[in-house]
Amino acid sequence: MRQAVHAEWTKLRTEPGTAWLVLAFIALTVALSATAAAAVTCPSTGCGLDPGRLSLTGLDLGQAVVVILAVLAMSGEFSTGMIRTTLAAMPRRITVLAAKSAVLTVVLLAAGSIAVLASVLIGQVILPAHGFTAANGFAPFSLADGPVLRAAAGSVLYLTLIGLLSLGVASAVRDSAVAIGVLLGLLYVFPVMAQVVTDPDWREHLQQIGPMTAGLAIQATTNLNSLPISPWAGLGVLATWAAAALMVGGLLLRLRDA
Amino acid sequence: MTAGTTPYRSGLRAGRDGFPQLLRAEWTKFRTVRGWVVGTWVAALVMVLVGLVAASGFHAFCGGDCSVPAGPDGEAVTDMFYFGHQPLEGDGSMTVRVTSLTGLITYPPDHPNDIVPSVMPWAKAGVIIKESTRQGSAYAAVMVTGSHGVRMQDNYIHDTAGSAGGVSAASPRWLRLTRSGDSLTGYESADGTHWTRIGTAYLAGLPATVQVGLFVTSPFYMVVSPGIAGGTSSRLTQATAVFDQVSLEGDGTGGAWTRDNIGIGPGGPALAQGGFEESGGRFTVSGTGDIAPRVDGGRRIEDTLHGTFVGLIVMIVIGSMFITAEYRRGMIRTTLAASPGRGRMLAAKAIVIGSVTFVAGLAAAAVVLPIGEWILRANGNYIFPVPPLTELRVVAGTAALLAVVAVLALAIGTMLRRSAEAVTTLIVMIVVPYVLAIASPLPDAASEWLLRLTPAAGFAIQQSLPRYPQVNSALLTPLHRFYPLEPWAGFAVLCAYTALALGLATFLLRRRDA
Repeated sequence: MRQAVHAEWTKLRTEPGTAWLVLAFIALTVALSATAAAAVTCPSTGCGLDPGRLSLTGLDLGQAVVVILAVLAMSGEFSTGMIRTTLAAMPRRITVLAAKSAVLTVVLLAAGSIAVLASVLIGQVILPAHGFTAANGFAPFSLADGPVLRAAAGSVLYLTLIGLLSLGVASAVRDSAVAIGVLLGLLYVFPVMAQVVTDPDWREHLQQIGPMTAGLAIQATTNLNSLPISPWAGLGVLATWAAAALMVGGLLLRLRDA
Repeated sequence: MTAGTTPYRSGLRAGRDGFPQLLRAEWTKFRTVRGWVVGTWVAALVMVLVGLVAASGFHAFCGGDCSVPAGPDGEAVTDMFYFGHQPLEGDGSMTVRVTSLTGLITYPPDHPNDIVPSVMPWAKAGVIIKESTRQGSAYAAVMVTGSHGVRMQDNYIHDTAGSAGGVSAASPRWLRLTRSGDSLTGYESADGTHWTRIGTAYLAGLPATVQVGLFVTSPFYMVVSPGIAGGTSSRLTQATAVFDQVSLEGDGTGGAWTRDNIGIGPGGPALAQGGFEESGGRFTVSGTGDIAPRVDGGRRIEDTLHGTFVGLIVMIVIGSMFITAEYRRGMIRTTLAASPGRGRMLAAKAIVIGSVTFVAGLAAAAVVLPIGEWILRANGNYIFPVPPLTELRVVAGTAALLAVVAVLALAIGTMLRRSAEAVTTLIVMIVVPYVLAIASPLPDAASEWLLRLTPAAGFAIQQSLPRYPQVNSALLTPLHRFYPLEPWAGFAVLCAYTALALGLATFLLRRRDA
């Protein structure tokens, strides 16, 4: 297993696209988070916005890059035929998938921490100047605050789980374009549907089962009672999606010819 | 020594290499790749399924009685106001002076426990000539407004601006409305002697006897809570205007004033009951409501087309793979050997993928729209009526939106050559802006810029209700799928991106080795 992880790490590290994708992910996430935080001003009457969710808006976009990074880690090998070499060297296919998951997890934890930390720190500077103050009923926005810390740490986990979900789907679908299409459709269809549907029950159910809508509940720092699903339970929904995808992907990887 | 040898010639007749053959070759490629054909079916099916699921998720919020008055052109209108009126037979005219317009807003978000004295920007008070007291009947009116100056409006959708500024006892405003046959002309004056014409409305088929009088109305204050879990609520408001120097000319006038609170029944909050009092030639009139096209309180036909963006993702994948698959397999070299005209090859591909997507999108939209409307109605929803041409534009526009995006995907695929990058670029260009604009905590202004500048502007083609500038509603935002650009302008933005990408793709295709 150690050799397998080492091999996968070498592959991911030396792939020319990886560094660019990681950089793009961090840049896009931080840029969108900062823009969103700077664009909103909360008047003293309240604006119904959650500072945690707002300062981490960039994840909505950054996760798309995470999807690509994770999909390419698997489907890139299928498109070049490299997968046959990999499987000749490491015939235990589940080990290969596990090694890929482990390497991806470490990379995403690291990159996610940087992006999330930068977003939160920028939020910490911008938000108080935009009406998110104690006078307006907001707790000071800082990592020392329990819910904010949970939102930040949970967001890093969210990104990692999105990566694992993508890896599972890519193992099952193999083709990078199809896998990316499936994943981004799966992620974005639930928030859009929940937004357009007016029936409160439907809306709540859609938000409870969608990997993105449920997973991002972890970013909430205020009005926790009005959430469709509690923060950690929401992340659990996403973890279930990721586990299911990895299981199906692993099974298909075992059953099919490469 | 032999005489000159004849070079070998195949007995087969040379194939023709015209553009129709090229089209046929690309069509053969498309229909023989199982994944692409299945994918196109999936795109259409997903559009239908998501549309139907979304339609089932709309519950009626008018409690069963969903009748909405229809204006002279069949459009849904709001027609609620306090009306003190007299009959007018034939031609005539009414002149008044407005000396004050004040208002009350109940429980606005910044004072949740108070009734605040404040006048709504589109509160209206003035003179109106109306076919009858029936809601939705034809009318023309001159009025002062809360903060949009003097206006002349007729038949709900037409609006002409007069002079700006509010009214007060120190600077009153004189208004005059005259009828001459089917034409009604509005005038305003600051002093009652120097008159300026604001505009003339032609109300074809206006009956000989109409109702003329004073009206006051004040729209609901809409509170929109932002964010994914956001909802809307409305607060009752009231406006009160003081008129004097009232003079009426024409047959049938001069009798007693009839008072009607149009569109508002008895009962309900006292503030909504309005009032009409006269003392010594001074009239104090209060009212609630609006006389305007209606944009809320019902569903729109495009509410059945929410699956479009999922179908779009599928067609983005197929459109870009239509060329990147050739690069991946090296098939592109065979293709270019057979048809060396590279621009023509790309044109043939664009026509094939565009046509296939258009047909699939048209079929999906044509199926989901009527069934979705039926589900919405069965759930007790009111659906805004739209002219048949608008409905056609929404259905064909949805198909065209998908087709143009598929061609854009082909062009980006040609430029980038690899499917993963191409699909990602397109999703970031179209789907992410769309999702951010309609389902994220971004403020409305940022969302509107996203829907102006990115190819996601093309979704505007699906908007069936016009964005009337004179409707003051916090609902005219991307969150409620009112787009900042006109339908065709938004679609043109998408087409411009596609044309640019196709040009660049042709240039790169010609320049680079395959």
